[in-house]
Amino acid sequence: MITHLLSAEDLDRDTATLVLDTADQMATVSGREVKKLPTLRGRTVVNLFYEDSTRTRISFEAAAKRLSADVINFGAKGSSVSKGESLKDTALTLQAMGADAVVIRHPASGAAHRLAGWVAGSVVNAGDGTHEHPTQALLDAYTMRSRLGRLEGLRVTIVGDVLHSRVARSNVRLLATLGADVTLVAPPTLLPVGVEAWPAEVAYELDPVLPKSDVVMMLRVQRERMNQSFFPSSREYSRRYGLDVRRMGLLPDHGIVMHPGPMNRGMEITPQVADSARSTIVEQVTNGVSVRMAVLYLLLSGGTREVA
Amino acid sequence: MSAYLIRGARLATGEVTDLLLRDGVVAETGRGLSGGEVVDADGLLALPGLVDLHTHLRQPGREDAETVESGSRAAALGGYTAVCAMANTDPVADTAGVVEQVYRLGREAGLVDVQPIGAVTVGLTGERLAELGAMADSAARVRVFSDDGHCVSDPALMRRALEYVKAFGGVIAQHAEEPRLTAGAQMNEGDVSARLGLTGWPAAAEESIIARDALLAGHVGSRLHVCHVSTAGSVEILRWAKAKGIRVTAEVTPHHLLLTDELAATYDPVYKVNPPLRTTEDVEALRAGLADGTIDCVATDHAPHTAEDKECEWAYARPGMLGLETALGVVARAMVSTGLLDWAGVADRMSTAPARIAGLDGHGHELRPGAPANLTLLDPSASWTVDPRGLASLSVNTPYTGLELPVRTVATFLRGTPTVLDGKARW
Repeated sequence: MITHLLSAEDLDRDTATLVLDTADQMATVSGREVKKLPTLRGRTVVNLFYEDSTRTRISFEAAAKRLSADVINFGAKGSSVSKGESLKDTALTLQAMGADAVVIRHPASGAAHRLAGWVAGSVVNAGDGTHEHPTQALLDAYTMRSRLGRLEGLRVTIVGDVLHSRVARSNVRLLATLGADVTLVAPPTLLPVGVEAWPAEVAYELDPVLPKSDVVMMLRVQRERMNQSFFPSSREYSRRYGLDVRRMGLLPDHGIVMHPGPMNRGMEITPQVADSARSTIVEQVTNGVSVRMAVLYLLLSGGTREVA
Repeated sequence: MSAYLIRGARLATGEVTDLLLRDGVVAETGRGLSGGEVVDADGLLALPGLVDLHTHLRQPGREDAETVESGSRAAALGGYTAVCAMANTDPVADTAGVVEQVYRLGREAGLVDVQPIGAVTVGLTGERLAELGAMADSAARVRVFSDDGHCVSDPALMRRALEYVKAFGGVIAQHAEEPRLTAGAQMNEGDVSARLGLTGWPAAAEESIIARDALLAGHVGSRLHVCHVSTAGSVEILRWAKAKGIRVTAEVTPHHLLLTDELAATYDPVYKVNPPLRTTEDVEALRAGLADGTIDCVATDHAPHTAEDKECEWAYARPGMLGLETALGVVARAMVSTGLLDWAGVADRMSTAPARIAGLDGHGHELRPGAPANLTLLDPSASWTVDPRGLASLSVNTPYTGLELPVRTVATFLRGTPTVLDGKARW
């Protein structure tokens, strides 16, 4: 097993599959009356969050607590971080406190890589700037596998602000590793220069891609992007790239709709689609806890101990 | 002043000779000379003292990162006898007072000639011209003006600056970066930035400014110098401009001749620099451009930064790398070992050409009788491993840690006085 989870690139096919299989076992725990395992008793997990992200933080917190780890939440606001302490000094502080794992969310790409150089424990990247969010990709893959039974050969379409999306970067990488076929759909302004080198197809129109999609994943698109001329208006964006009921009808019967949250309802996805039976958005949240339990378990116990 | 007899040095031309340095000049050349303190130069190469067109000495303002004295020592150890100190200090070198202060500090350190560069615009803000004439007329005799770190992006202001400095034989050294295309930019825009999620700095942001400025310089008949050219496209545009007869010169940094943007994958900001490291294709084009003279010279863009400005997240780190003590080794590795330049070519690109561009009459001369005794003695057969703690700079932000570089500086003479002997700075 690996020491850190900084990028989906850190996961080869066997390791990624091990995480998903372990998450399956963890999910059975979450279904029990007593949702707790003693596995990480006495271990300390620090949630180091430099960005507000309640959903990701509580998901990691729930995951660590279900494994009986001690959890320390270290938020950027109201702490020494807002007084200008450097990431390195914070890292040394956490190190001195004996953190076995640090889960970091940070607005700067590569922050998790930097942190990993300064602490002895495991580092889990919970989203770094516009770089990666590997546990999101794992929970997305887990959700796809649960719903559709496989990942190999699955046709996954990711729609929206790929340029600024850490979710897209991690998903493209992990899904390629697991044998899925990824298509990115976005206005050309929201695709990075260099996307040609990614293991994914690129399309500018959504309608022709949907009938060939087993999964369509809608990315959050910030309305403010229109102020930097990434698109002319939010209405135009929604018309061209938003998922409404008509477009959802173009999916094959088994096709599912995913969204990493938080959603901009009315922007990239309509409420009717978000709340439809094809939508896995709530499941993704549930699966997030199981997958993060699996990641923490495998990183901290090296996968040597029995789950339960 | 004592005389020095350098015995048996090989010149850039290949000729082996003694050099008698007396009264600040090369008094005699030839074999079997006598007189003066003997420096055995058997197997050593004597080049005219190197000249750096682009050095950040950080004083006044950031004496924790570098001072005129520490930077001068680094320069002398790198084989330099003159450096041009960039204007982005605090306060900015945009008045006669500040450039005279830097000039005076350079004289006091006495290890190299420190030639201040003046800011083009007040406070480097790109809004109105600084008193260029006052800086030209000052004791510092400023001839090169630059807002380096910032582009003079307003085309009308750039045109006026190019025109205005003709009155005193000045040149505008442009940091070519269209700021509207590089907002928030962190690294070269391409495959690697796409992968790393770091905001891209497109080559077109540099190339479009170079093209614009070359056209402006041609239109008003002025001289333009382009700082730290970093892309293959820039080389093509420069080649075109020179063919048109436009009076444009250009520099390339050692790091852009050797390193590529793949290094950003470490997220270690020691590799963060502006303009950013580019691709292998760019490196090859820059080497070819330097070899054929499209790029006139090598300039270090020596940019010391404190540990706290580098031991942080990539996006929060300051751009820039040390360069003075490693420039010659990097150029030897990128250009000489590859057969692209011989030592005469190195002497031209690192001494004669930059001295000519900067108007430093006392530097860049062939080592002939009567020439100012500004020279460096190099051991081309020695190599060394870069250790940041072993450098004379106050900062340690070298991207070459652990790299073995060819060529050691054995001695450097400034107007006949050794600033470096036996590989060590004299003071």
